[in-house]
Amino acid sequence: MEVLIPTPLHAYTGSARVQARGASLGALLADLDRQYPGIRFRIIDEQGRMRPHMRFFINQVAVFDLDQALGETDEVVIVQALSGG
Amino acid sequence: MAHDKTSGSVILLVATRKGAWLFHSDARRRDWRVDGPHFLGHIIHHMVLDPRDGQTLLAATRTGHLGPTVYRSTDMGRTWKEARQPPAFAPQANGTGRTVDHTFWLTPAHGDEPDVWYAGTSPQGLFRSQDGGVSWSPFSIINDDPHFRAWMGTAQDGTPDGPMLHSIIVDPRDPTHLYIAMSGGGVHETRDGGQSFTPLLGGLEVVEGFNPGDPSFHDPHCIRLCPTNPDRLYQQNHCGIYRLDRPGDQWQRVGRAMPEAVGDIGFPVVLHPRDADRCWVFPMDGTEVWPRTAPGGQPAVYGTRDAGEHWQRLDQGLPAGQAWWTVKRQAMNNDSLDPVGLYFGTTSGELWASSDEGAQWACIARHLPEIYAVEAAVRG
Repeated sequence: MEVLIPTPLHAYTGSARVQARGASLGALLADLDRQYPGIRFRIIDEQGRMRPHMRFFINQVAVFDLDQALGETDEVVIVQALSGG
Repeated sequence: MAHDKTSGSVILLVATRKGAWLFHSDARRRDWRVDGPHFLGHIIHHMVLDPRDGQTLLAATRTGHLGPTVYRSTDMGRTWKEARQPPAFAPQANGTGRTVDHTFWLTPAHGDEPDVWYAGTSPQGLFRSQDGGVSWSPFSIINDDPHFRAWMGTAQDGTPDGPMLHSIIVDPRDPTHLYIAMSGGGVHETRDGGQSFTPLLGGLEVVEGFNPGDPSFHDPHCIRLCPTNPDRLYQQNHCGIYRLDRPGDQWQRVGRAMPEAVGDIGFPVVLHPRDADRCWVFPMDGTEVWPRTAPGGQPAVYGTRDAGEHWQRLDQGLPAGQAWWTVKRQAMNNDSLDPVGLYFGTTSGELWASSDEGAQWACIARHLPEIYAVEAAVRG
């Protein structure tokens, strides 16, 4: 399925839209990390928690659970909520 | 790296809140060539050149929102490669596991361990790499030991930028003898490669009303070990400037000899590469609400030539007034040339240098982001 990547992570993917696979959000992130080593740790911490300001949307709906199931046609958007100075 | 004390090229590695810069000069240290920014927009807490090979650079980075990582370069910053496994705490199933906010401190290990590095993090954690910084693992008992966890306190007990483990020092005579410092959490040493640690708090003061026997209340700001006398350490602490001569275990508050109007509070301390009686500090205002600025808006380095019995003010070339910046604990360093070059970076983004051991200062860069760390290295 297609995953939209936020600009701070383009250094890993080289583009805004990439293809990845997985039956859950967690599996999808594992596949992204397989393709783009290191990307997962920048957005998921070592305790398996989403890092602050990193948001995940599936078909326009915010998701907070890495076990969230994914279907073949789902659209995944990863967003970094910008803040700070 | 062995070199002639009067020749070679000098590199300053400047880590800032919004990127990293390298400044190059020759042994005269009059003219500086700037290379940067590297990692523009990234938060760089420390950048260190490996003195064992003279070419491997490690940079501890994060951005405002992405997780922390470490980058490595072997061509003086022309190209960088991210660590395969950055420092990270061990996962805990019960939800009590900690998360590395940022890697704060990098230390190359003993010369007999050429690819080994240590890293200190915020919150307090100690990590080790055995492959030149490519992959990192939790090191020693510290990260999960219940006593240490209690002494570390919570994020609320730490410094504004987060509680941190810093000043990882390797005894040049023994790779298993390490010192570490935690803000807060005190000073500790291991003589068995991290299997056990002993607090090293004798003689250190704490804030009035608290128990100096409890490591929780200790806030070492920066500790350095004398290159030519590994039995001597200097410490800039939240509560003064101290010296420790081993095998003794009682720190002496040598900062009591500082002028009363200036005091002996500050963040950094740097040591002479060849004379264990000489070191330099950068005092800051630690009164009332702790402005952490140069006392009176008149910045000055203070140096001692007699192990802290007397201190000399070194402010020639520095602003005479209305300068309200701070020099953070990693933002002051020295080279190993003769005379010794001293360098510091300010919270207002100025980089200052002295090529004559502090007698005269010159600003070699301004308008940089807030400077977190300055490391000096001599090559060739």
